[in-house]
Amino acid sequence: MTAVLFYFFAGVAVIGALAMVSLRNPLSGAFALVGTMVSLAALFAMLNAEFVFILQILVYAGAIMVLVIFTIMLLNLDKQELKEVPVSRMRLLGMGAVCALLAVGFIRVFSHFGSEPPAFIDAEFGSIEGVGRMMLGPYLYPFEVISLVLLVAIVGVVLLAKRVV
Amino acid sequence: MVEYLILFAKAVFILLIALVIMPVLIYVERKGSSFIQDRTGPNRAAIGPFRLAGLVHVLADVTKLLTKEMMIPPHVNRVYFIVAPFIGFTVIVGAFAVIPWADTFHVAGREIPMLVADLNGGILYILAITSLHVYGMVFAGWASNNKFALMGGLRSSAQMISYELPLGLAMVGIFMVFQSVHLNTIVQGQGELLWGWLPRWGVVVQPLGFILFTIAAFAEANRTPFDLPEGESEIVAGYHVEYSGIRFAMFYMGEYVAIVLSSCMITTLFFGGWQVPWLTTQQLVDNADLLLKIMLGAGGLGALTFAVWMFIYGQRIKGNFGGSIKEKEGDVLGVINLVVAAVMFAAFFRTFGLDLPEWGARTVTLVVQITMFVLKVCFWCWVFIWVRWSLPRFRYDQLMSLGWKKMIPLSFVNIVLTALVILLIDRAGG
Amino acid sequence: MTPITIEHYLGLSAILFFIGVFGVLFRRNLIVILMSIELMLNAVNLSFVTFSRQLGTMDGHVATFFVMALAAAEAGLGLAILVMVFRNRTTVQADDLTLMRD
Repeated sequence: MTAVLFYFFAGVAVIGALAMVSLRNPLSGAFALVGTMVSLAALFAMLNAEFVFILQILVYAGAIMVLVIFTIMLLNLDKQELKEVPVSRMRLLGMGAVCALLAVGFIRVFSHFGSEPPAFIDAEFGSIEGVGRMMLGPYLYPFEVISLVLLVAIVGVVLLAKRVV
Repeated sequence: MVEYLILFAKAVFILLIALVIMPVLIYVERKGSSFIQDRTGPNRAAIGPFRLAGLVHVLADVTKLLTKEMMIPPHVNRVYFIVAPFIGFTVIVGAFAVIPWADTFHVAGREIPMLVADLNGGILYILAITSLHVYGMVFAGWASNNKFALMGGLRSSAQMISYELPLGLAMVGIFMVFQSVHLNTIVQGQGELLWGWLPRWGVVVQPLGFILFTIAAFAEANRTPFDLPEGESEIVAGYHVEYSGIRFAMFYMGEYVAIVLSSCMITTLFFGGWQVPWLTTQQLVDNADLLLKIMLGAGGLGALTFAVWMFIYGQRIKGNFGGSIKEKEGDVLGVINLVVAAVMFAAFFRTFGLDLPEWGARTVTLVVQITMFVLKVCFWCWVFIWVRWSLPRFRYDQLMSLGWKKMIPLSFVNIVLTALVILLIDRAGG
Repeated sequence: MTPITIEHYLGLSAILFFIGVFGVLFRRNLIVILMSIELMLNAVNLSFVTFSRQLGTMDGHVATFFVMALAAAEAGLGLAILVMVFRNRTTVQADDLTLMRD
């Protein structure tokens, strides 16, 4: 059951990623990337990372990609695709071949080295309390710094994108 | 195997609550708006003798929308045009998976939590789902290849993402008071009594948070006074102007399901969810046989009263329809209600000698709590409809300035005040 | 069928990262380049969470949180720069932005 779910979500993620880099229209690429991000969120949930799963949908699929799609729509950027030469079929096939090689290589090579089973986890693994405790414990300084980074980013974005009247 | 069956049953149940309240809500909207506007409202559609004061109109609406031509205008972007209504409807229905409708059900040695997905980060899942709901409008506005649709879609999605912030920040106060993000814990925490007599509901401990959350929930459901992006007199119905038939029905139903979801969230976070005020679960289980007698007796009396009313109503409308079958409605409904009353009284008298087993008591408690939850949700749905027909809509810049310049600072003030009060209470108590 | 181990997740992370690198190198549209960078960050997030699960600590989740926050900041700023470039040059093809070339 786990294997079926993993292969399904991994397949959706890879197909979405391939679609994003090979489609001409950046809007379709953006929607394909949203599909990839949602399937990655499902993979996070399979890895018992509940908080990261919700964050992935909330932040990536729900905010960042909406911002990208807004920008494409407001600037009419998908009409620009005619100028670009799309990814040729040979390149796409080559990319697919390298992907397959990487996948098989990783799995064969590393499992021949003998991996341990994953560590035992308790019910609190991946919960918000756990992440919160780490944020306010060992990672307090990066936590404060990241809020400053976000503040700088907000101010920068507003300044850069303001319309000069 | 049994686990999957239980999960399936729970999913079906919550879907039933969402999808059955929704047509009733459409009916209540039309009748409620007519009540507020001092007119009669729809009452003509009938199936055989049943007019049911206009309830059949919802069925007529759905039939009309289903049988309309599913036309795709030639100038639209077909893929996104077809996908948009699905996203607009299914994403919102998926958010019901974390709403609890009763206390944990202990039966046959199992503890079954009464929500479909017992996630640790319960409420954040709903926030994530509402952020995905934006894509339905974005797709619809873009695909329609129509300036008004695009503007409506962009405005609507900008409004939704702007009001997600006050929605989330208003919830932070609730998390601080109830010390958990898990919805079942929050609802169970609302069962305690403050100062011995006041139920510790969210609205009592977080009044400012409640106001902010409710206003943000109105904006999330795209509901007046925040329905500029889809008002028919403003922007020609905004992002669903090019849609007809079942596709428009999916947007329409999606909006009502969003209202039910917002009502469920307000009820769960601020009004005690499934908690019956002043009665804990244990008290309900102990007095279950008394409760059963009261429910059956009151139900029987109610059905009897309704039957008598229907007979009087049947006498009143005789001659209005020229002898057609519609005149028999009162009599038919009266007879049905007499049968129901008879069954309920028979059950009522049967319970006098009955010794209620443990699982029977717990089932009665379950039914009482579910009824309480549904009543509260229905009350809040009525408030949504009431506000819609009482307030004019906001202009777009007023809407945005309210969200960013007034509600977000107020939410921050709410968080700081809540933190101060918790700190002071801890210092005073400990 | 072999049980799913962390090598499967790491292999998927490597594939997604590689596709992201391919997008950055071979596409000329600035938006697609930005989205490929986001894809690379997502692949790295998957890798972090996989190792966190393998080792049983939650440092990986915290790292993922920080990566997401930084990715949000960087995507916002990148799009703001893109909007300015579009306003001045009316193009978002990297080939047309040759002003600083000799």
